[in-house]
Amino acid sequence: MNPVFRERYQQGTTALHRLDARVKLVMALLLALGVSLTPEGVWPVYALQWCLIAAVGAAGGLSAWRLGRAAAVALPFTLAAAALVFTTPGEPVARAGGLVITGAGLARFLSIVLKSWLAVQAALLLAMTTPFDDILAAARSLKVPDTLVAIVGFMYRYLYVLVDEAQSLLRARAARSAALPGKPSGGSLRWRARVAGGMVGSLFLRSFERSERVYAAMLSRGYDGRLRGFAPPPLDWRSAGWAALPVLLMAVTVVLAFVFRSSA
Amino acid sequence: MFLPPVIALHIPDGFLSVPVAAFGWLLLVAALAAALRQTRAQLGERQVPMMGVIAAFVFAAQMINFPVAGGTSGHLVGGALVAILLGPWAAVLVMTSVIAVQALLFQDGGLLALGFNAVNMGVLSALVGYTVFRQLSRLAGEDRGYLLRAGIAAWVSVEVAAAATALQLAVSGTSPLTLALPAMLGIHAAIGLGEALITAGALAFIRQTRPDLLQSHTAAARGSGWVAAGLVIALAVALVSPLASSDPDGLERVAIDQGFEELAQEPGYELLPDYTIPFVEHEALTTILAGVLGVLAVAAVTYGLARFVRRGQSV
Repeated sequence: MNPVFRERYQQGTTALHRLDARVKLVMALLLALGVSLTPEGVWPVYALQWCLIAAVGAAGGLSAWRLGRAAAVALPFTLAAAALVFTTPGEPVARAGGLVITGAGLARFLSIVLKSWLAVQAALLLAMTTPFDDILAAARSLKVPDTLVAIVGFMYRYLYVLVDEAQSLLRARAARSAALPGKPSGGSLRWRARVAGGMVGSLFLRSFERSERVYAAMLSRGYDGRLRGFAPPPLDWRSAGWAALPVLLMAVTVVLAFVFRSSA
Repeated sequence: MFLPPVIALHIPDGFLSVPVAAFGWLLLVAALAAALRQTRAQLGERQVPMMGVIAAFVFAAQMINFPVAGGTSGHLVGGALVAILLGPWAAVLVMTSVIAVQALLFQDGGLLALGFNAVNMGVLSALVGYTVFRQLSRLAGEDRGYLLRAGIAAWVSVEVAAAATALQLAVSGTSPLTLALPAMLGIHAAIGLGEALITAGALAFIRQTRPDLLQSHTAAARGSGWVAAGLVIALAVALVSPLASSDPDGLERVAIDQGFEELAQEPGYELLPDYTIPFVEHEALTTILAGVLGVLAVAAVTYGLARFVRRGQSV
């Protein structure tokens, strides 16, 4: 399996694993929201928020190191904000090839990077401790349209089947594409695009025909357009109360951040 | 290092200000409601298994790449391809599912930013790609240059998604528009080329093996061009509206106000003589945007009136 597509979910029986997925989904969203609402340049508050997220992670058996490393996936995107270093007006602190780096710009850029890294960790608290089917059931309870949840559920069910098909196509192409070291294999750009396009086209046809077979099989089992599942269990308010604690603490840090910024 | 090209379009959390992210969710909810209603009418109970499996297909097809030149490789995003194959509204649902799974399962794109990520790569790329494809077909005729039309539609869909991403980053104060817009458009002009080539190649293959799948989806496309125009307008409004902006700096604010003033005082067509080179200064940029906004608004009203009149005649 391609490491890019490795799922984040880690099996376990910790308190965070056992927490109702509905509660966990709302908690992760609110924690990410709190991080996003925090203003720029409040470094001590970021540290507090990191401790908070790491503490919740610890309740799920996730070390701060592992959370932080997994959250690094979003870091390449920070390139999109890198221009702020040069364009924000402020005290110049350094020069890089004719461009002036300002202190304010640097602070703004680092804030965005840190906030993004923290928000991904908040999302990971959910993804690393909750099976995907439970996240979908939670989304359904939180009034996401049934049809949409069902489509995503089907996508998840066939995701790895089709990823495997794509990989066998890629393997077949690699097996037929001998190349001398340092030289590209295959023909012209047009030819390469045609081959890749043919692969995508044939993958589409296989997928489309598979979906027709799946539909026929569902019809023969009495499918009438509705997917039936168990009713969600009643919400355990005591555990929801425990999950409210990190959310409240996050709210406190956001208030602290604004106090800190207005006093600074 | 392995970097999927779409990574530049999957906005993580922290890059969009909260009001901008909330606006994205509003747009997404509206688009999904429309798409669910349209596809239910078209597909009925086949909706779920078909679109679920095709969403998995898009995810898997994004792995298929080919070397272009200089170590870069061409990939697929898929919005235009799925829209041409299944119709635009089905493509909206399929692409939104793909973006949602990428965010929830692989942290590719944030939870709060999911609204705009799905709008950019799901709704906009599907609807705009399809609209461009249909309009080109109308101009050139159904039979001529099928693959070329599909390729152009795919390229435009990627560029529109990139422009929308740049606008959202700029309004959030994360990246100045004068840099983000040309940079995003430039990078995605190349990525869009890969998209165009694969889309055309895939359609060439399908046309040879299953030509029956390539019928036009006029019934399934009701209102998609209309909504595509509406979305572009909404994005332009978001850009020039000081309300949606969390921290506009003084200069930007003034320019935006002036943009609005010019829009209010002059008729839209007189904005063109004032046309100056874009991206030189904010004021020029906002003037152009105000002009685009005005033209789109006029086009929308005209189109709406025309539809209204036509409906009145047919009853």
